[in-house]
Parts: sequence; structure tokens; C-alpha cells
Amino acid sequence: MASVVSPGATAEGPRLGVRRTRASVRARRLLRAAFLYAAMVVALVVVLAPFAWLLISSVAAPVDLLERPLRWIPAHVGFDRFSALTVGASPDDTSLGFRAALVNSSLVATTVTVVSMIVGTLAAYAFARLRFPGRGWLILAFMATYMLPPIALVVPLYQIMSTLGLRDTPLALMIIYSSFVTPFVIWIMRGYIDSISPELDDAARVDGCSRLGALWRVIVPVAAPGLLSTALLAFLLAWDEFLYALIMTQTNASKTLPIAITDFIGRHGVDFGLLATGGVIAAIPPVLIAFVFQRYIVAGLTAGSVKG
Amino acid sequence: MSSMATALRPRRWRRPWPESWVAAAFIAPATVVVLLVVLVPLVRAAWMSLFDISLVRPGDEPFVGLGNYLDQLTSPDFWAATGRAFFFTIVSTALELALGLGLALLMDQPLRLRWLLRSLIILPWALPTVVNALMWRWIDNAEYGALNALLTQLGLIHQYQVWLSNTDLAMWMVILADVWKMTPLVAILLLAALQSVDRELIEAAQVDGASSLQAFARILLPLITPVILVVLVLRTMEAFKVFDIIWIMTGGGPANSTQTIAIYAYQTAYQGFDFGRGAALGYLIALIIMALAAVYLRLLGRTGR
Repeated sequence: MASVVSPGATAEGPRLGVRRTRASVRARRLLRAAFLYAAMVVALVVVLAPFAWLLISSVAAPVDLLERPLRWIPAHVGFDRFSALTVGASPDDTSLGFRAALVNSSLVATTVTVVSMIVGTLAAYAFARLRFPGRGWLILAFMATYMLPPIALVVPLYQIMSTLGLRDTPLALMIIYSSFVTPFVIWIMRGYIDSISPELDDAARVDGCSRLGALWRVIVPVAAPGLLSTALLAFLLAWDEFLYALIMTQTNASKTLPIAITDFIGRHGVDFGLLATGGVIAAIPPVLIAFVFQRYIVAGLTAGSVKG
Repeated sequence: MSSMATALRPRRWRRPWPESWVAAAFIAPATVVVLLVVLVPLVRAAWMSLFDISLVRPGDEPFVGLGNYLDQLTSPDFWAATGRAFFFTIVSTALELALGLGLALLMDQPLRLRWLLRSLIILPWALPTVVNALMWRWIDNAEYGALNALLTQLGLIHQYQVWLSNTDLAMWMVILADVWKMTPLVAILLLAALQSVDRELIEAAQVDGASSLQAFARILLPLITPVILVVLVLRTMEAFKVFDIIWIMTGGGPANSTQTIAIYAYQTAYQGFDFGRGAALGYLIALIIMALAAVYLRLLGRTGR
């Protein structure tokens, strides 16, 4: 009996012993709230300030950017660099390169997303639902390729692509990117499929569906949010890639946005206004995706990290 | 009854494939897309790493056995670059975890404007790495950069600093840029973990007289430790491979002060045109990462996952 009573007694003890006055409790609460709100303001400023400066730099006239002391609010604002890089008439070399890169990046990222999603989801289904010899090893092999540093593969890949006549083509990038986006898709989709009750596809198969039919008619509709999450993350991965593109691309035929923007450095000295404008344009698709589909992105990221 | 009768009728009924055949068919496309593109170069890299291949001397590629590996393992440059990669990895991962945990706890509080922070926090992560690197290079610019202007106007520094051309500061500036971009990811993942914790556990502890700090240390922290560990693993692996953010912000300089192992390998292969050594370096980096992975898998296994 005593053992049941004693925990309650010890818990009462300190509360009665301290006995704070009502005013001190309110002061403490106020202080705590003030601290939390201050921390939130600091966090918001730190998150937003660099973005704000990037946006300001992208529309400010070059003279304003090179002023000392620095003008936080530019005197001349214009969107001429935006139009020059995208839709303006009579583009110069830089704009032509940027426009080509915009097309290349979109093409490569979209193709890679589609290919990896199809191929990766099929494999993920097999890993989640089927039992077969060598399953554990294969899973490990796919995950190991995802961990491999690109720098270890880039030298021979460069030579192989040259031999195949694929150097400086978007196709080479599509092939290479699919090879690291697919394991990522397998990893996340396997988690999603694992979380769907196997009874669902068993029921479909009793009704005469093949495995492929069960995947298409049962898993795909049920896992649709997961598929969307994964596809968005796959797109972002492909859009972001730099090292392979740096080595595989030489001309406008295949240069992607990360390469085209870095080319702004050094061609005629560094034009930071132009860099900022190009950077903003390149950032629009991923930032929009992340903002609009936030719920799905967060769900995908969480699924990826919980899966371990 | 009638459906049973049709099922029993022996017409056009095909025996289903054995499960391993189905599995093979499902996995074959991924195997072609992934393993071929990875394994062929991997084997080729292993072969190349045994030769002294320099584009400066075409046609003359003597076999050197493990010479390239031994060269690297006895080279102070290799160890210095490895050390810098570890420094970058440890410092940035530690900062991202600490700040990310703080942010996650903050976003978990019942505050009035937390939806704003929750919806905006993802933006730095979404910014492409290259754009992030260029943005920070511009902010850190010695003459026209926003950082110098801000700190001077706040009276925190009295003269402009050359952030990225200073061997003592450059690595820290790169880490700052990386931490700004990646902390939100950690915060988002940890927030999700916090939200999955049963609130009643915390309330029960507080009814029993536990302070918020005690409730955090005794209940929340142990419950989210598995997620913290996974995040730690993912961030470490990524950080050790770091290339793009450094390449764009500093190119590995000044005086090699930001030359991590991936930058060193790239420079050996593509600026020194030394493909044999470059391939050997690639293998050494992969080995280090696999070793890290093995250590972590142990660690995760021990926490019962």
C-alpha cells in the first residue's frame, strides 16, 4: 500500500514547498513568452534576410549594388535583366546560354523524375512485397550506390560517355542522374508501400489481378500522396545537381542552370546583379514547389529519415 | 455459387509466375538504370587507379599497382584535405543539429505566429545549392557585400573584412552558408518527430512536478533520439562529400584552406590531369564514407532500430 501512496506524496512535496506567489508566476510566464517570441523573430529574420538581399540585388541597377556605403533600398529598380535573360529580343551570348540551360534543366529534371519514378516504384514494390533470394543484398547494393561519392565515379564516367559519343549531351546527364535518383525513389517508396496493408493487394490478386495489376490498381492510388512527395523530391535532386554537369557539359547543347549561372562568374569579371537575377530565376521552380507542396515535401523527407 | 463454379472451371487458367521471377522482372529495370551506370565506372575506376594515367603524357600509361594509393596515403596534402573534410562535416553537422533542435522546439510551442515560421522555414532548403553558394559569395563580398555593410552599420566591426580571402575565416563562411541552408531540413525532420510524441506523457510529467527542462531531457529527448541519430547519419554522409558549395564560394582557396577531400580529388583529376591518382582518390573517399556508414549502422543497431 505504501508504495502506491509515496509517489503522489513526493510529487506534492516540492510544489507545496516552493509555493510561488501569483505575481512571480505571471512574471515568469511573461518572460518565457517574451523570450520565445524574440527567438521566433530572430529566426524569421535570419531565414528571410539573405533571400531579401538576393531579390533586391536581382532588380537593383548595377550602380546601386556597387555603392559604398551600401544602399539597402536601391535607387533604381528595373526588371530589364529578367527580361534579357528570359524573353527579351536580341539576346546576347550570356542570355542565349541561360535560355538553353533553362530548357536543358527542365528537360533533364523532368525525364529523370519520370524514369526514376517508374523504375524505382517497380523495384520498391518488389522489395516491399515479394520474398526472393538475394533480396537483402540487392537492397544493400542499391543503398550503397546512393552513398557513393560522385567524385569516385566521375572520372571513368567522363571517359565512358566520351567513348559513347554522349559527352556534352542532355542524354548523358539523364542517364547519370537517373542512377542516383532511382535508389532514392526506391528507398522512400519502399517505406510508403510497407505502410500499406498487404491485404489490399492480396484482395486484388484474389480478384484476378496480376502483381503488376495490383501495383497499378491498388498501390498507386493508395500511395498517390507518397508518389507525389517522392516525385517532387526527385525533381529537386535532379534540378540541383552540379558536379556531374560541371564535368560532362561543355556547350549550350547540354549545360544546365547551375553551370550556366556559375558561368556568369569570370566571363567579364563578376556581375553580381546578373548572378542574382539568374539565381532567382533558377530558384523559382524549386522554391515554388517547396512552398506550394510543402505538406508533401515534408511528408517525403520525414518518410525518408524515419525509414533509416 | 456461380462465381465459384467459374473459378473451378479449368479453362485458360495460367499458372502464376513464381515469386522470384516476378521480383526479377520488377527489379530488372532499376538494376539496368542504377547498377550498370554505377558498376561499370566503378570497375573501370578500380582498373584506372592501378595505372599512372596523365593526360599530359598521352600514350604513356605505366602500371603502378597500388602506387597511386600509397602516394596518397603518404601525402600530407591528402591528409590535410581529409582533415578539412572532417572539420567541415563535424562543425556543420553539429551546428545544424543544435540549431535545428532549437528551431524544432520553438516551432512546437503554442505561439501565435508559429505558422509563419513553419511555412517559411523550408525556403532556404529549397534554394538550389549553387544559388545558395553564389548568394553567400555575394553577401560575403569584401567590398560591396551585405555582411560587411551590416556589421559596420551595427558597429560590430570597424573595417571591412575579406571574409572569403582570409585563410582563417573562409572555411567558417562556407560552413555558415551550409548551416543556413541545411538547418531548416534538420528542424523540419525533428519537428515531425516531436509532433509524433504523445502529449499526455509530457503533461503527466508536468503534473508530477517536472519542469519543462526535465520533461524535455527525460521524456522528449529519449523519444526523438532515433530520429536525431538518423539525421546525424544522413547529414554526416552528405557533408563529407561536400563539393559544390565550396567550389563556388572559394574554389578550395585561399591557400587551400577550404580544400576538402572532394575538391582535392577534383583538382588532382581535372586540373592536374592525373586520372589514375584521381580514380584512386575517389576510391579512398568512398572507403572513408563506407567506414562511416558501417560505424553508424552499428550505432543505430545498438539503439534497437
